[in-house]
Amino acid sequence: MNRFAELLDRLAYEPARNNKLRLITEYFRSTGDPDRGWALAALTGALSFQHAKPGIIRTLISERADPVLFGLSYDYVGDLSETVALMWPVPAEAARANHELRLSDVIETLSRLGKAQLPGQIARWLDQLDETGRWALLKLLTGGLRVGVSARLAKTAAAALGDRDPQEIELIWPGLKPPYGDLFAWLEGRADKPVQRDPAPFRPAMLAHALMDGDLAALDPNDFMAEWKWDGIRVQAVANVDSKGHPQVRLYSRTGEDISGSFPDLIDALRLPGAIDGELLVVREGRVQSFNVLQQRLNRKTVNAKLMADFPAHLRAYDLIVDGDDDLRDQPFAARRARLEAFAARLNDPRVDLSPLIPFTTWDELAAARANPTGLDAEAIEGVMLKRRDARYVPGRPKGLWWKWKRDPYLVDAVLMYAQRGHGKRSSFYSDYTFGVWTAGAAGDELVPVGKAYFGFTDEELVEIDRFVRRHTVDRFGPVREVVHEANQGLVLEVAFEGLQRSTRHKSGLAMRFPRINRLRWDKPPGEADRLETLEAMLGPRVAATSPES
Amino acid sequence: MVSPTAIPYLRRMRPEDLLTPTPAGVCCKVGGFHIDPTRPVERAVITHGHSDHARAGHGAVLATPETLDLMRLRYGESFAGTTQAIRYGERIALDGIGVTLHPAGHVLGSAQVAVEANGLRIVASGDYKNVADPTCAPFELVLCDIFITEATFGLPVFRHGDPQSEIAKLLRSVSLFPERAHLIGAYSLGKAQRVIALIRQAGYDKPIYLHGALDRITHYYQSRGIALGDLRSVRNVNKAELAGAIALCPPSALQELWSRRFPDPVSSFASGWMRVRARARQRGVELPLVISDHADWDGLTATITATGASEVWVTHGQEDALVHWAMVRGLKARPLAIVGYGDEGESEEAEPVANGEASA
Repeated sequence: MNRFAELLDRLAYEPARNNKLRLITEYFRSTGDPDRGWALAALTGALSFQHAKPGIIRTLISERADPVLFGLSYDYVGDLSETVALMWPVPAEAARANHELRLSDVIETLSRLGKAQLPGQIARWLDQLDETGRWALLKLLTGGLRVGVSARLAKTAAAALGDRDPQEIELIWPGLKPPYGDLFAWLEGRADKPVQRDPAPFRPAMLAHALMDGDLAALDPNDFMAEWKWDGIRVQAVANVDSKGHPQVRLYSRTGEDISGSFPDLIDALRLPGAIDGELLVVREGRVQSFNVLQQRLNRKTVNAKLMADFPAHLRAYDLIVDGDDDLRDQPFAARRARLEAFAARLNDPRVDLSPLIPFTTWDELAAARANPTGLDAEAIEGVMLKRRDARYVPGRPKGLWWKWKRDPYLVDAVLMYAQRGHGKRSSFYSDYTFGVWTAGAAGDELVPVGKAYFGFTDEELVEIDRFVRRHTVDRFGPVREVVHEANQGLVLEVAFEGLQRSTRHKSGLAMRFPRINRLRWDKPPGEADRLETLEAMLGPRVAATSPES
Repeated sequence: MVSPTAIPYLRRMRPEDLLTPTPAGVCCKVGGFHIDPTRPVERAVITHGHSDHARAGHGAVLATPETLDLMRLRYGESFAGTTQAIRYGERIALDGIGVTLHPAGHVLGSAQVAVEANGLRIVASGDYKNVADPTCAPFELVLCDIFITEATFGLPVFRHGDPQSEIAKLLRSVSLFPERAHLIGAYSLGKAQRVIALIRQAGYDKPIYLHGALDRITHYYQSRGIALGDLRSVRNVNKAELAGAIALCPPSALQELWSRRFPDPVSSFASGWMRVRARARQRGVELPLVISDHADWDGLTATITATGASEVWVTHGQEDALVHWAMVRGLKARPLAIVGYGDEGESEEAEPVANGEASA
């Protein structure tokens, strides 16, 4: 356990990707099975412990520490595991058995223990471990390691062990199980490459880079095809038959999570063997609904007939990864697109359709289409996607093949009203901001909150806002500070956002989509910030399709 | 000793009549002085030389000889109208109020101020730590009725541990990476000299390199008889010679062009803040050293208890937690909300090199 704890600790401080790789590869090289396999599982997010919930850790610490002091500490540190690791009172007689506790012991014990025995065992481990060990154990239990290592990086480090292309691991990954003895045996040249046996596996998704100013100038429009970027959730729909001839149909999220159970209506539509990369949308009477509507279909534990009737699930297809038995990932995009069109025609189901291509010959033409999307579904369009005609389907975010070019955001000037400390990297900084705009109140103009944002600013701006918050606090509500917000005193934030919805949950009656701080307007007196009427005018035609709650 | 009969109105004085908290610092109206005022005043008693406590521009300044020297070094000869040096334990009277200074263990010359009248004693401790420091006099416990404490590390997550084990971590890293330089960010007054002294205690006797901003104060420490070994300026030393070297600089210099003169430097920072991982990561620190010149949570709570005070005033830092802790133990406690203390400590990223001794 202490080797794993040390690895996590060093990774947490190491900024350079190559050094992180070296650290992980070195760990895999010098650590035996099954410990290194469990570590790989932890780093790739493949571990979860049914009964280990943050609630247990909260209960354990509440039995040992003053709740007010714990609350203030957690607010300051911004990370539950680290807070508990730091303030855990170590009993004087504790036997420091740090070196004897192995990662595999912890994991095997965790998968064996029932819910009732778990808290006692965790407490015993915490008593035994040092601060770093406690921190690592709690990170492992709660699932979020947050040491700046992606699953891809961990696999790349494993690949380096056998001097392999990480892509090879990606392709067999869905069929592997922790602690990956067969994988390490292959990487070390002691066994053959493991084979993929799942009839309907997830294939890691290909992602796009955001198009920045100036990128287009370097690109030739003849090399690219364009299509709309829809405002839903990216999914992979996989259908096949297993060795007994039974159909296997699964819907995966972008990260490979199996979400089939939430969308039985869509599963029924996937009758042809293949793997479609597409966008999950809610379509009512032929019209794509807003993301806000889709959200009401997501994260539901039970899916009943009424929910499916009110929020009909729909797949808009972007790409075809597998057609029957043919893996198309090494084919160029233009060829895959032709196969996709034929596939969709054969499937011939109203719940699955093609995302249309946007005809263009110059970037100006495409820019015009992006600025003003037409058609019934225009409000569900987030922007355009550019895909190289010759691009293979490469997992991860390869440079230069796919680009996303979002619509320009809306901008308003709002006044900072409340601030709260952030978590993770931002811990101890006031980095979550509630902002408002002016509206007529009983006693003259007053600010009404219209949203919350916690990113968009630079590190330097964060330091400046944090200092402003500390020096201009007028009231405190637990972790929240109210900061001065008067017509002539306060901080104006230029807020960018993607869309606006009516909402009964907010006092202002509006909810912003994807708000972030675009710019600090130290120059602008708060009295000159925008008014609620300005925002209401922005609702315009783009919220024609509204949710039932509005 | 002031006779109570000489000032009859003091007989039933409330603590606030002896020392009054104001946003600019605590003020003794009867004695006509402020302690560590954040604005210019007629007469100031200064606990220690850090810039958030010791400011230029007061009419008269009373402090330990070392604190006066350090203020002179930083602000020039004319930093105050007049000065009066007071040794630890020496008793003076200011308009009938008894004042003594006692070691605070924070940095060289740091003092707690005990203010006394009519049998009521208040101790303003400034910044302090109750652990050994080879570069300054150890903290002296002064029994009192009211204890004014800082709370820079006033949360139970702050436990600083043994500084020598942090130095051992540094020296392990130095031997692991003999081709790289180790750059340690350390506040220029107190922390830098303590880190050097700790490194020497651990048996490291090679030259230690200093950023120019640390020169004057470090040489002042040496002139007061504190042994720091072979110290050299980084100026005119070529890059290759700095492989495997240890160098100290103000924290802000870690990210500056200055650091590029070192071969593939390992960025290190000696501070109590390093206890919290996110703080280290925010600064891009690769080798955090948890070494603090402030009392940690256990130190704060043990000290408050040991003073026997029935009332605690908390000047700056994580005052909410410490006030809560004191009240749960049946002590009267209040935050003073003084504007300006610990500012640099709270937002270190913005700390300029010029007054790079913010006090964590």
